[in-house]
Amino acid sequence: MSLSLQARQLACERDDRWLFEDLDLDIRAGEIVRIEGPNGSGKTTLLKILSGQLADYQGELFWNGMPMRESRRAFLESLLYLGHAPGVKAALTPLENLTWYQALAGESDNEAARLAALESVGLVGYEDVAVGQLSAGQQRRVALARLALTPRPLWVLDEPFTAIDRDGVAALEERLIVHARAGGCVLVTTHHELRKTDELRRVQLGRGGQSHGGL
Amino acid sequence: MAVSETRLSEKEGRGVSRGEPGGGLAVALWATLRRDLTLLMRRRGEVLNPLVFFALVITLFPIGISPDPQLLATIAPGLLWVAALLAALLSLDSLFRGDYDDGSLEQLMLTPQPLPMLAMAKVAVHWLMTGLPLALMAPILGIMLSLPAGSYLVLALSLALGTASLSLIGAIGAALTVGLSRGGVLLSLLVLPLYIPVLIFGAGSVQAAIVGDGVAAHLAILGALLALSLMLAPWAIAASLRISING
Repeated sequence: MSLSLQARQLACERDDRWLFEDLDLDIRAGEIVRIEGPNGSGKTTLLKILSGQLADYQGELFWNGMPMRESRRAFLESLLYLGHAPGVKAALTPLENLTWYQALAGESDNEAARLAALESVGLVGYEDVAVGQLSAGQQRRVALARLALTPRPLWVLDEPFTAIDRDGVAALEERLIVHARAGGCVLVTTHHELRKTDELRRVQLGRGGQSHGGL
Repeated sequence: MAVSETRLSEKEGRGVSRGEPGGGLAVALWATLRRDLTLLMRRRGEVLNPLVFFALVITLFPIGISPDPQLLATIAPGLLWVAALLAALLSLDSLFRGDYDDGSLEQLMLTPQPLPMLAMAKVAVHWLMTGLPLALMAPILGIMLSLPAGSYLVLALSLALGTASLSLIGAIGAALTVGLSRGGVLLSLLVLPLYIPVLIFGAGSVQAAIVGDGVAAHLAILGALLALSLMLAPWAIAASLRISING
């Protein structure tokens, strides 16, 4: 599977302040790209632009060589985005939440896959408990179960390690590396120091306008 | 998780989504409908709120104005319709709010399925849980206002048709104000002018039934309004959601 997400001269202005300017990015299969920068440097905004949620930017985005506007559907079919908010319903059980995501992703109703996904994030025994009664870390794990449930080549993860315990962080990190090695691609923001591997690449967003694309 | 496993399941997953896009949409719509209905069933208070409001308003009017059946019968059609309209309006603010707060709305917008259709599933749930119960309740409350016999069926029918338009139109306003922390008042101001034609022909149809005129014309216009909202609202809702998320 080959995939590439390119940004050319990306710039975004918020409240009369340039978050980043002239940002060139080349993201390819087999990479883990970590967006770094202090609080308020526009990491989340950049992820939202790169995942096609914000239209308020300058520059061009290309998905597999095609302009993003023309290939939006193909792009969305390859994308798995996890935002700040986990996107799980507190009144529903983890299984019901995953049922909805499975259907949204266009996959057939498969309870075995949902149970396996919950098992992969260590939520065995919590399948039928309302998500609202789970801890913050467990709620985040329900959202992370989507990584196993709906296979997508491009993962865009905004602070996925928030509220996750140490073992969970290690497992998730391992999962990102496995995904990249299998030809997938991960875009991630985190304050957690990721293990140095061949797949890892860092993009630094500076404060107040300076930004450095690439290494 | 083994590498080969990931690859294998990836192939399967994409095969399904590419192979039958129409089936994919139906599955997504059905799942969204079921999810929202389950959610509302677990928070019954939210479903009951507009119904209780409707019942209270109608109960208070005979007490506040006069128990005179003749007077009440004159104002009953308008009263029932205004109260139902306000009850429907009251419940609109929560239509997209919950999804916006917990991040489900961004996920809904990032699916390859067309957003207008998914938004329609949410509107359909709103109507099923608000408009339809209001329409079914109205005849009972009509008795309290000594609504003349023979107009009950028209009342329920006009409300069922009319509240569907109200849900559709109101969802546009709800989508536009979902990003605002206190969008309630703005929402009312935005959608009330658009509600007025529905109110006029809805109350008019009940009035006509009481007088003995033909109700078909009024109901036909209500149906036309519904057809028009069904055609335009989905796209307006989707565009409004995009604006709200962008802001």
